[in-house]
Amino acid sequence: MSDFSEELVRPTTEDEQGETCVLSGTGMCFPWLQKHIETVGKTLVATGGKREKDFAQTTSACLSFIQEALLKHQWQQAAEYMHSYLQILEDSDSNKRQGAPEIIWRLGSEILYYHPKSSLETFNTFADRMKNIGVMNYLKVRSDLCDGGLFSSLWQISLQHALYLLHHGLLEDANRNLSQAETWRYGEKSSSKEVLINLIQAYKGLLQYYTWSKKKMELSQLDEDDYAYNTASQNMLNHSWKTSINLCALIQIPGVWDPFVKSYVEMLEFYGDQDGAREVLTNYAYDEKFPSNPNAHIYLYGFLKRERAPREKLISVLKLSIEKNMILHRKKEEHHKLGLEVLFGVLDFAGCTKNITAWKYLAKYLRQTLMGSHLAWVQEEWNSRKNWWPRFHFSYFWAKSDWKDDKTLACEKALVAGILLGKGICFIFFFSGHGF
Amino acid sequence: MDLEEAKEFKERCTQCAAVSWGLTDEGKYYCTSCHNVTERSKEVVNTEAIPNTKIQAINRGLKRKQKLEKGWDWYVCEGFQHILCQQADALQTLGVGPELKNEVLHNFWKRYLQKSKQAYCKNPVYTTGRKTAVLEDNPSHSDCDSAPELLSDFSCPSFVESGAESQPDGHARKPFSIIKAPQSEMASICSGSLDGVEYSLRKEKGIVKMSMPRTLAFCYLSLLWQRETVTLSDLLRFVEEEYIPYIHAFQQFPEEMKLYGRDKGIFAIESWPNYEDIYKKVIEVATFLDLPRFPDITEDCYLHPNILCMKYLMEVNLPDEMRDLTCQVVKVTGIGEVGFLTFDPVAKKTETVKYDVQAVAVIIVVLKLLFLLDDNLEWSLSSIAEKYNEDNKEDKPWFDFRKWYQVMKKAIDEKKQKWEEARAKYIWKSEKPLYHSAIDKPVVHKRREMVVNLQKQFSALVDSTPAVEKKSPSSFQFNWTEEDSDRTCFHGHSLQGVLKKKGQSLMTKNSLYWLSTQKFCKSYCKHVTTYEESNFSLSYRFVLNLFSFLLRIKTSFLHEEVSLIEKRLFKKKYNNKTKKKSSKSRKVRRH
Repeated sequence: MSDFSEELVRPTTEDEQGETCVLSGTGMCFPWLQKHIETVGKTLVATGGKREKDFAQTTSACLSFIQEALLKHQWQQAAEYMHSYLQILEDSDSNKRQGAPEIIWRLGSEILYYHPKSSLETFNTFADRMKNIGVMNYLKVRSDLCDGGLFSSLWQISLQHALYLLHHGLLEDANRNLSQAETWRYGEKSSSKEVLINLIQAYKGLLQYYTWSKKKMELSQLDEDDYAYNTASQNMLNHSWKTSINLCALIQIPGVWDPFVKSYVEMLEFYGDQDGAREVLTNYAYDEKFPSNPNAHIYLYGFLKRERAPREKLISVLKLSIEKNMILHRKKEEHHKLGLEVLFGVLDFAGCTKNITAWKYLAKYLRQTLMGSHLAWVQEEWNSRKNWWPRFHFSYFWAKSDWKDDKTLACEKALVAGILLGKGICFIFFFSGHGF
Repeated sequence: MDLEEAKEFKERCTQCAAVSWGLTDEGKYYCTSCHNVTERSKEVVNTEAIPNTKIQAINRGLKRKQKLEKGWDWYVCEGFQHILCQQADALQTLGVGPELKNEVLHNFWKRYLQKSKQAYCKNPVYTTGRKTAVLEDNPSHSDCDSAPELLSDFSCPSFVESGAESQPDGHARKPFSIIKAPQSEMASICSGSLDGVEYSLRKEKGIVKMSMPRTLAFCYLSLLWQRETVTLSDLLRFVEEEYIPYIHAFQQFPEEMKLYGRDKGIFAIESWPNYEDIYKKVIEVATFLDLPRFPDITEDCYLHPNILCMKYLMEVNLPDEMRDLTCQVVKVTGIGEVGFLTFDPVAKKTETVKYDVQAVAVIIVVLKLLFLLDDNLEWSLSSIAEKYNEDNKEDKPWFDFRKWYQVMKKAIDEKKQKWEEARAKYIWKSEKPLYHSAIDKPVVHKRREMVVNLQKQFSALVDSTPAVEKKSPSSFQFNWTEEDSDRTCFHGHSLQGVLKKKGQSLMTKNSLYWLSTQKFCKSYCKHVTTYEESNFSLSYRFVLNLFSFLLRIKTSFLHEEVSLIEKRLFKKKYNNKTKKKSSKSRKVRRH
């Protein structure tokens, strides 16, 4: 489901993003997400001991069948197995029962996202039901201290649900969802929860920004003496106040928050809070804790230019920006490394598996990196993926289906597979049978 | 979750429109029907009246009442009796004679009740403490009267005639007179049956307690007594394929036989029966019941190895001609003798023959005699057969091991895949949820409701094409008669390529043999060294896997049986010093 985040970024910032962007896309990283999945996985493994009941065997076999079906995009089969997998919610082992909602949500939302018979309504019902289960679990175990995970998973469901609604253009519903999620605040605070709740608020802010900027457009078309002008501007004022609260918390946290920062600054500027805007942008560009982000410098430069800042200052910022970019360019190899990272990241998403451009570039970059004898870079990216990419991308099933659908794609993938896995695997084997 | 305190909050829930609120620890309201948590906390209560407060009143009313369900008074042993009845009925529909239920199983069960002091005896276990006074009043009563409730029920023809259907009436007519223990203190430990709690705590030495797996032991013992054409692995497979009630058997209880609390642990099980486990229980139950020697297993019985071998040869698509060889092995090893085959629990025999496993092991031994299964000889013999078949298309074809392997591998893989899929799709949970205690009940019901809703949602996404019609039960899992180019039938193929004439008799061309196990434990445990897969040839592993899948047993279990047959067959080799590769040429006489 993670590809939602990408799709969301597009509609809200599409107008200017194209020119200003240096890297291949504005993105957000969810470092805690991986960690969370790992811990859930671990707790599931840890419960062992005496002979497993056949019931447990059924559910675990079911899980692997669903995963297999998802890998092969067989949504129908996956739904069939899901029917049986849901029994795990009634498992007498409370550990499994509590870990289950998250797994069910992940698998179920994936199925409902792609299944041809699924609809918006089905997805909404599913998300609501999963949230209910989350709340129920919480109410049941609230005496224990282990509730942190339950609520972050609730927030995750809400966030993903909202992104899904956005994807379908239902801004109002998405907003309602996020507001609802905000109200669930129980248990101890933890840093991972902090980021999640900030993210939820920030998305709410982004939605408010969207309405705000629509109103701004309307306003610009109205005459200043018009009777409607006053109410409209009053409206906008209200909005901006709420939005700034929602947005500013997130952008304090180190990370790449391009769309959020841009909209926040635009609003600050509109209401004449130039100092605030400058502070935000300076912080975003120069704070050491933030990952180096060329966009941040471009934003700052653009702001200063708009502000008609003195030439020297402009030049110094530009110099620095260029310097940074130059460093990037000069270290062309490092640029390659970043490129590899991005390409690998893109292809992690189920929605991008058939993206021919990504595969083409990955093949090219891999070749160049290996020729530049930076094997370590590839290894660094590959290590975390070698367990699942072969089945995710390079299975015999995909070889056959890609070959049928798109031969160029199949060839690019085969090339990458050959570099990453060597020639022995069946993916290549399939092609050697076709005269490669 | 204080419902009392949440009484004054009367707004409708934004999600489900119900007016039924509880309070969280933080003092916020949450909807008890959909678990939506509001932003409102207790201090800012809005007390405007809403006409729908009735809902809450009703909810609360139910809450008080639903503490424990009240149904008929029933005992755990009656539950098992009901299940045995269902199982016997199912066996009857599978074609087993009616005597099995009416005479054999009925008698075994009566004997069990007596031995476990539950009925048909003086001072049955249920009445101790409570009813001793009554007994003392009427010391002259026969033992039949000592447990009037139980006996009247068991000896009444209900079990014999139509079991399940007539039982409820029996209960309605004769309500039990035993006073139930006060329930107030049992709130957390409870049971729907009268003695569920007591029963789960009972740990008497020397008493075999009834359990779900033991119901199958009873079924098998009756089948064995009747010398029916059902082996233990067949029985368990029928259970798995749901021809015989087991996992969901308690769901067929009459509506008024409420099942909860401790009953859950007794009747609701979450595992399929396992061959080794049931086999052990069969012996245990038979010993406990002190059963006399079973009817003889003679050569015309289905369970005799000669007949079973023939059955399994057909099942796995091997040539009929192999039958002579299996008979030969049976004869040499002496496993076809009546004394060896007949089950006699009293005669201090702590085991009975695993008829099906043994027959299959004999076939494997014969395959080893013919083809050695060392990943070498079988393939060269196959090449010879293949060549011969090509040159002599008119003749009866020679058995080609390689071709057989290919056909069987495909067939078994498909079967296994289907089996795994069916297992993964199995629905374990009953429609009516079972709870441990009154506290647990609403949560369990809620959870059940959610699962049902979610399941509905996902089954709506599945194509509504009707599932493949359920096959009628059969003791055969494969059918090789059809003439299909893909599924060659090898029954008529000849073994000429692997046998050679020597005078009047035939000998196997192969004169080598390797033993599956080199050493047996010196002690009396008869334990065979464990099966380490990687130590064995691929074809042996394939054959072992094939047969153990058919019987749904562990490969190591079958390997053990093969070793035992070999031990009998090559007694001398074992008695002398065991060698790594003992060679032996064996004469096979043709009848």
